[in-house]
Amino acid sequence: MFRVFLMSLSVQNLWLIPALPLAAAAIGALTPRTGRALAAGAAITAMAGAFILSCLALVGALAEPAAHQVFNFAWFDLGHGALRLGLLLDPLTAFMGVMVTFVSLLIFIFSTGYMKDDANYKQFFCFLSLFASAMLGLLVANSLLLLFVCWELVGLASYLLIGFWFHKPAAAAAAKKAFITTRIGDLGFLLGILWLQDTQGTLLFYDGGHGILESAALANLAHLLPCGLAASTAIGLLIFCGAIGKSGQFPLHVWLPDAMEGPTPVSALIHAATMVAAGVFLMARVYPLMAADQGLANVPVHALTVVACIGAITALMGALIAVAQNDIKRILAFSTVSQLGYMMLAIGVGSWTAAIFHLLTHAFFKALLFLGAGSVIHAAHHEQDIRRLGGLRPKMKVTFATFAIGMMALAGVPFLFSGFWSKEAILHAAHEWNVSSLPLYAGLAAVVLTALYMTRLVAEVFFGAARTAEADHAHENSPAMTMPLVLLALCAVLLGFLGTPAFPWLQARLLGDSEVHGHSLLEGSGLMRVSIVLVALGLGAGWALYGRRPRARAESPDPLAARAPRLIAALASRLGFDELYAATVGRLSSGFATFCAFLEIYVWDGAVRFLAGLGELSGLVSRENDEQGFNAGFNSASESLRKTSTAYSKAQSGDAHGYLRTLALGFVLLLIIVILGGAR
Amino acid sequence: MNALPCTIYVSFTGALLALAIGSRSAMAARVVALLTALTAWGITLSAASRFVPAAGLQELVNAPWIPDFGIRYHLAADGISLTLLVLTGLAATAGVLFSWNITERTGEFFALYLALIGGVYGVFLSADAFVLFVFYEIAIVPKYFLIAKWGSTNREYGAMKLVLYSFAGSALVLAGLLWAYAAGHATGFSFPELVAATGRLDLTQQTGILALVFLGFATLAGMFPLHTWAPTGHVAAPTAASMLLAGVVMKLGAYGCLRVAMPLSPAAFAVLQPYIAWLAIIGIIYAGLVALVQDDFKFVIGYSSVSHMGFVLLGLAAANSIAVSGAVLQMFSHGVIAGLLFAVVGRMVYERTHTRELAALRALPLHRLLPFAAVVFVLAGLASMGLPGFSGFPAELTILIGAWQTNPLWALAAATGVLIAAAFTLRVIAVAFFGNAGRAGPLGPPDFEDSAARPAVAPYPPITWPEKAGALLLLGATIYLGLSPDTLLNWIRPALQSPAFHAILSGGAP
Repeated sequence: MFRVFLMSLSVQNLWLIPALPLAAAAIGALTPRTGRALAAGAAITAMAGAFILSCLALVGALAEPAAHQVFNFAWFDLGHGALRLGLLLDPLTAFMGVMVTFVSLLIFIFSTGYMKDDANYKQFFCFLSLFASAMLGLLVANSLLLLFVCWELVGLASYLLIGFWFHKPAAAAAAKKAFITTRIGDLGFLLGILWLQDTQGTLLFYDGGHGILESAALANLAHLLPCGLAASTAIGLLIFCGAIGKSGQFPLHVWLPDAMEGPTPVSALIHAATMVAAGVFLMARVYPLMAADQGLANVPVHALTVVACIGAITALMGALIAVAQNDIKRILAFSTVSQLGYMMLAIGVGSWTAAIFHLLTHAFFKALLFLGAGSVIHAAHHEQDIRRLGGLRPKMKVTFATFAIGMMALAGVPFLFSGFWSKEAILHAAHEWNVSSLPLYAGLAAVVLTALYMTRLVAEVFFGAARTAEADHAHENSPAMTMPLVLLALCAVLLGFLGTPAFPWLQARLLGDSEVHGHSLLEGSGLMRVSIVLVALGLGAGWALYGRRPRARAESPDPLAARAPRLIAALASRLGFDELYAATVGRLSSGFATFCAFLEIYVWDGAVRFLAGLGELSGLVSRENDEQGFNAGFNSASESLRKTSTAYSKAQSGDAHGYLRTLALGFVLLLIIVILGGAR
Repeated sequence: MNALPCTIYVSFTGALLALAIGSRSAMAARVVALLTALTAWGITLSAASRFVPAAGLQELVNAPWIPDFGIRYHLAADGISLTLLVLTGLAATAGVLFSWNITERTGEFFALYLALIGGVYGVFLSADAFVLFVFYEIAIVPKYFLIAKWGSTNREYGAMKLVLYSFAGSALVLAGLLWAYAAGHATGFSFPELVAATGRLDLTQQTGILALVFLGFATLAGMFPLHTWAPTGHVAAPTAASMLLAGVVMKLGAYGCLRVAMPLSPAAFAVLQPYIAWLAIIGIIYAGLVALVQDDFKFVIGYSSVSHMGFVLLGLAAANSIAVSGAVLQMFSHGVIAGLLFAVVGRMVYERTHTRELAALRALPLHRLLPFAAVVFVLAGLASMGLPGFSGFPAELTILIGAWQTNPLWALAAATGVLIAAAFTLRVIAVAFFGNAGRAGPLGPPDFEDSAARPAVAPYPPITWPEKAGALLLLGATIYLGLSPDTLLNWIRPALQSPAFHAILSGGAP
């Protein structure tokens, strides 16, 4: 029994993977502020344990790649059936689990160096562990509901970490913006869940033929709604709303660049490698549902077509905006937006395996780039503006070498780098899509732009001369920070060979095939040639503009901005999405809230006050009536009454103490009388 | 189970005892109050541990009271009452803990407080509409004095408004019940008798009766547009009274809607159902938006209560067993969460800083001065915005699943309330607790050199043990239910199978 457990992790024990970091988070929360080493040690140990368990789970999943091993249990009963949750082990879960735990582990180690001077060091590790736990829970969920629960907790952890330096107003605002923006998407997600629960009576993905991703349920959702859409299309698009929010897709991408206000390890872990990929993972997970309407001809739109369009727009837009940014982390942030667009595009054109392949390679090289950026920022005393850096190549050799590898992987430099192979897989899938060629063209255009902005970034930061004192004083960081860079750089190279066209092992396993059917390495070489030319074009243009004659001073004009000032200015202001939303959604909601507050005070409360005033007025009138009319004849009677009143007024001592006692006494007496009277 | 009526008697006895002993020793009054609340809560918990869920009310006491009118002193309980009785015990105990620092007329305070609790227990145990009504009135009177005497901001106005609304609501209820009693020739005020009497009338009269009774109770549950008493009342009330008002008294209204009003006539309910649902939804969104622009910390919480009670009313209006069981769960959940929020704002923060203006609080580094309060408020805020792991999530999810069954549009509209809740909660968390960082640089330990430059901040008295105990009690409850909502749902669901509810829950849904 024990040996079996050692060799592979069975699905019943899958809960251990998120439970380990959760326990570390609890330890971090309960230790006093001074327990820095304990909090960090617990987090790293738990993550290492989770990594080992994930590897064991991968062994278990690869033993039977076609099977969806599940372990379901009831959460609570609704009367007609329980809301059930479950755990799921299949190659998709397992590959993602290994990636998330490995990248998290390296980032945790990096953080011990990066955050070592921070007063809230132990909270940081507590939040990081909480995040990792929620993310891993999301991966092992076999229920849309459990996935949603973890999805929300991931959002919470992200909120806490973006706002970690809450004393910076920008960080506090960014945290709130991220939470609210992603929650707008989550609203659609929640409605999709309600709809599925109502029509299917379950939210389990796989349940021996009864799950929502299995053929019986999908056939059930093929009927057309009054609006002409298939039910599965509508539900799929609602769930896609959640993915749009979480994965920073157009039009809800605005939170992701702002999230860079968090500490750099957070940007690397959450806003590059793992959390933002959760939307892509979700789409890959529910792919059977998204694709359920593909067989229907008489529908206005297929769910996947929408996904492909959103992905293509995001890929192109993110790359365009990245060209005009000056903050090192924001360039990488928009590059993340763009790369996530690629992944969505891949899912939309029907190749979710290519999307996951790119997700995995991207996680490594983007984590590498962010940690490299963090290394630069840490060395340069928190200078993030690439115009104010420069000349770091000789001073930070390890950082430069690893960053260059990451940059080439992201730009898709041929053959040696993982990003090339995964991007080729996506472009290949887009090429074969028979609905429209536009996603392919958008993807190819983004290839040029990606190579261009990454060349610019590297040239500005590492080449030329140091342009400020901060850059001048920079020096290489401690091994705790450089060691993760080296490991990630290795992965950024090697991982690509898991899915080359010659031996697409990863894709085959994800699809549940035990055998790998390779093609020629240069299959579809026409397209590959085009994209290699485009990469070369982007690299060449970048070098010609920024590398050949390095910027002399921080204030020197940008060569690209000098050529097309209006375009670059528009891109630098991120195409005005933030302003647009502030002017529309923001102003509308705050206006509406103010209007409601006005209603509250002047209409509803005013009506109450008016009624009260009316009552008072009628009382006044009656009293006057009494005084002038009825009372006149009773003067003598009143005289005697006045005397009695004087006696009574002594009782009116103004002592609330006494009043209360009399009241209580009277009340009890009254009760006794009523009860006795009733009993008689 | 049979000991449940003792909760009423224990509370009233405790009230008299506190009154008698309070003039001599404030501490004795506190201890009496705490013991009384704990005893009553213990009774409910021991009943809960032995509770066998069943359809229909389980008899406790049934004796003639005013035979001429067929009125009987009739107490009974089922899973729904039990849920709310346990909530009352929990909220009452926590409320005593958060009132530990009351020094002014301590005896009277706790006497009125316990009298209010006794009335609330009575309402949840009544099986006769007249008895329910009497207990309901008993609960209203102490509220006035608690607010008017021990309250803060604008307390006379708040107290008067609250009491007038309460009496107006009960007047509607009474009018409706008397209408049914007289026109339907009822022989008593027991629930089945009133249902039978209403059934003898035509649909117009039935609708009129149901509208009066439902509206009357819904006033106390904070239904839009009859909700305006709630925020002002909550704000004016002393902490424990706000906790009870939001935590328990608003539930009296919702409970009355469910127990008394809805079963009266399934046909009439079907007529009124969409109106109630839309008023509930407007309440959710409207109160959330109003909370978004408040300047007073406590008003934000007050309006959030109205917004969350909208979910309860929506669950009732959806009238299927899922939605209604979710509504009862939400009653409990909101009782705990609102109690916690009011405790932080009213007791932990206001009584130390003496301000509730968000603008003033922004200037204070409260997360550093009162870290316990900050952590509790953040957790309570997360619970309030329906984050998984806390009781609000399963409750609101169940309501939405149920509402979708009746009308998907309702679920869609109400779900936006969850988004608004996140917006106003995050706003107050950020402004009130983290508005001023009190640190200079992005990195490094707190900059003490800089502290001389900042306005001097008086070190506040530390959070006391009763506050910690009360907060942990309520937090524990919301987290426990968030993970295991089945505990309560297993009591609630069988109760909805009783004939009284069965008619409405099957007939109400189209």
